[in-house]
Amino acid sequence: MTNSENQGQENHAVLLVLFWAYVLIPLGWGVYQTFKKALALFA
Amino acid sequence: MPGFFSKERITAGHRYNRWLIPPAALAVHLCIGQAYAFSVFNEPLTRVMGISQSAPDDWKLTTLGWIYSLAIVFLGLSAAFGGKWLEKVGPRRTMFTAACCFGGGFILSAIGVHTHQIWLLYLGYGVIGGCGLGLGYVSPVSTLIKWFPDRRGMATGMAIMGFGGGAMIGAPLGVMLMKYFQTETSVGVMEAFVVMGILYFISMVIGSLAIRIPPPDWKPEGWTPPAEAKKMVTKRHVHIDQALKTPQFYLLWAILCLNVTAGIGILGQASVMIQEMFKGAITPEAAAGFVGLLSLFNMGGRFVWSSASDYLGRQNTYFLFFALGTFLYSMLPTFSGEGNVVLFIAASAVILSMYGGGFATIPAYLADIFGTKYVGGIHGRLLTAWATAGVLGPVLVNYIREYQIEHGVAKADAYTTTLYIMAGLLMVGFLCNLLMKEVHERHYMKHGEVEEGV
Repeated sequence: MTNSENQGQENHAVLLVLFWAYVLIPLGWGVYQTFKKALALFA
Repeated sequence: MPGFFSKERITAGHRYNRWLIPPAALAVHLCIGQAYAFSVFNEPLTRVMGISQSAPDDWKLTTLGWIYSLAIVFLGLSAAFGGKWLEKVGPRRTMFTAACCFGGGFILSAIGVHTHQIWLLYLGYGVIGGCGLGLGYVSPVSTLIKWFPDRRGMATGMAIMGFGGGAMIGAPLGVMLMKYFQTETSVGVMEAFVVMGILYFISMVIGSLAIRIPPPDWKPEGWTPPAEAKKMVTKRHVHIDQALKTPQFYLLWAILCLNVTAGIGILGQASVMIQEMFKGAITPEAAAGFVGLLSLFNMGGRFVWSSASDYLGRQNTYFLFFALGTFLYSMLPTFSGEGNVVLFIAASAVILSMYGGGFATIPAYLADIFGTKYVGGIHGRLLTAWATAGVLGPVLVNYIREYQIEHGVAKADAYTTTLYIMAGLLMVGFLCNLLMKEVHERHYMKHGEVEEGV
């Protein structure tokens, strides 16, 4: 069932870190922007 | 040689790291979650012709409101009709199609803004973009459940949290881009649409390239399926078409619809509601902060509650949502009457966390009841409940409020009845959840049928 696209991908550590960073950095930015807005509630 | 989009091509090896799958799902959900933030474009779109202020030929807010409504309706329709196709062709093709629809929808809408043709925005963002939303929403769900049989709730919670988080990226990004492209002859919406369409297309394609499905006999290392079947967690499978013939499907449909309607009761009115219920104490800026805080709890609740459901059990989690939700909703008018802003905000935040949690836990609930084989398609069909609540919820809330104001009720008190009605809806949800039982024997697929597939 497996093929060339999935072979040799057992060692994913670097890819894993990069891929998570790719999604978490924009998400973190969005959360930070919303958090800054939310702070107005307590000002 | 299997085709680039085929299931065979994306079937992973046994040692593939399953933690690469959640970011692939997030790459899609963080994009399509932008739909929640579409309202940032509404005001600038009312002055495309007049630039500094609305001109007589400019679009009205009521005209523009249909763009978002269409997108939500087509989200539900495409998820319902595309779900079966997803099970047949696999997640990569579905995610790629979603990328084309969502990115393409933005580009078509940009042309609509440039030529000032509203129907192009309806068709672009509303219809085509809406299809991208629906397909993108359901495409990674069943794959995640198959990769995380030990933590179904947490896995789907991660992806669906991305949908909540997508609005937090989409809103400031849209505002930033419009500001950057704003000139004396443009409000910057067209240019922002083009940039966002391209960015979202690329990100969703990355997700579609990274997605993998596990080999048929795969299970997490060191994990053995429980020897004895847990109550309300089946090891068997119900076909996508057969699921519609079970009462469980309609009970879950009602559970989702009622939970969403109740959540929208607060979310849709949050800014105005807190200002009117605490007149003079809450400024418009603080009210905007309240909306932001609710968004954070909506997103956080998706991950926290769905992960908790892996330990509490799906039915118990929804019992908690409905019981606690009923209590908190019915306490909101009391907190308002006492002028207790802190408790009002805290209760609203918990309610919104459960609104998000309801969305994120439902795929795992479906997998427990109907099995994992067709959960993506069944989930797609269940999302019509969201589309229904998305349209009916605000109408219900606005109608009740207007009716009361017309009959002499003070604005600050006009929310009381609405909040009690929301509490009542959650009680009905509690009863639906109480009626949930395992699917009858006759609905399960036979051994040979499971292997034959769709």
